[in-house]
Amino acid sequence: MRTVKQRILSFLGLWGVWLLLTAPWNSEEAAAGAVVALLVAALPFSRASPLGDLKLGPRALATLVAYFFVFTKALVLSNLDVAFRVLHPRLPIAPGIVKVKTRLKTPLGRLLLANSITLTPGTITVEMRGEDVFVHWIKVADADPEGATAAIVGGFEKYLEVICG
Amino acid sequence: MNEIVGAFVSLAGSLFFLLSAVGLLRMPDAFNRMQAGTKATTLGSILFLLGIGIMKPDWLGRMVILIVFIVLTNPVSSNALARAAHAHRKRIGARLEPDALAAEDGGKEAGHAG
Repeated sequence: MRTVKQRILSFLGLWGVWLLLTAPWNSEEAAAGAVVALLVAALPFSRASPLGDLKLGPRALATLVAYFFVFTKALVLSNLDVAFRVLHPRLPIAPGIVKVKTRLKTPLGRLLLANSITLTPGTITVEMRGEDVFVHWIKVADADPEGATAAIVGGFEKYLEVICG
Repeated sequence: MNEIVGAFVSLAGSLFFLLSAVGLLRMPDAFNRMQAGTKATTLGSILFLLGIGIMKPDWLGRMVILIVFIVLTNPVSSNALARAAHAHRKRIGARLEPDALAAEDGGKEAGHAG
């Protein structure tokens, strides 16, 4: 079941990239791309591939779409926040590394969480040890792990938990 | 019409590139320079590429692929840089309060930490 899901996802991913690359579409090119993507997806690959952690139920897919918008909003807001700090004459920063805890168990979930934290300006994932994530924060608002977890991870985690546990 | 909208979106993207260049000059240490630099690679390049895609709709698919690749690969290099900077934090004069990672390492390696 897990490998079937991985093969379907890698077929869709490969074919999607091909379709986007050959943008003004014609049916011959699309069919040739589908054949090659099927062949590649049928090759044997590692069981440990993190693609298998993705859930495909209707609720997970709806959450995936919602997560896209939540992440875009967080990205824009934190970009404006860091832009404000850069332009402020007194440079209001108080950098530090805080420890936050994550409830996510799967490798894909933790990968997505760490990458989301790094992509939003103002926070960078420095290290990950088990369920502890060490985050460099440009303005430490709360040094204690629970408060920092709520501020940095809280918004992303409840969506990622539904998408990939 | 498309051309004008796309040009303004690209302009907004290049504004973020400018802001992060200012940030690179003003920030005091490697970590904070990375924070300012993240702005250029995220919203800066995303808006810039989207603007090109809006100007030339035939290229929109290719621009989306570029955005996806940037979003997937940028955090990996940022993470490697941040770990390297933390390993050399004393030599680059980074001011970190609190430093939970050093506290965790200090607890375990108190015996041979110089």
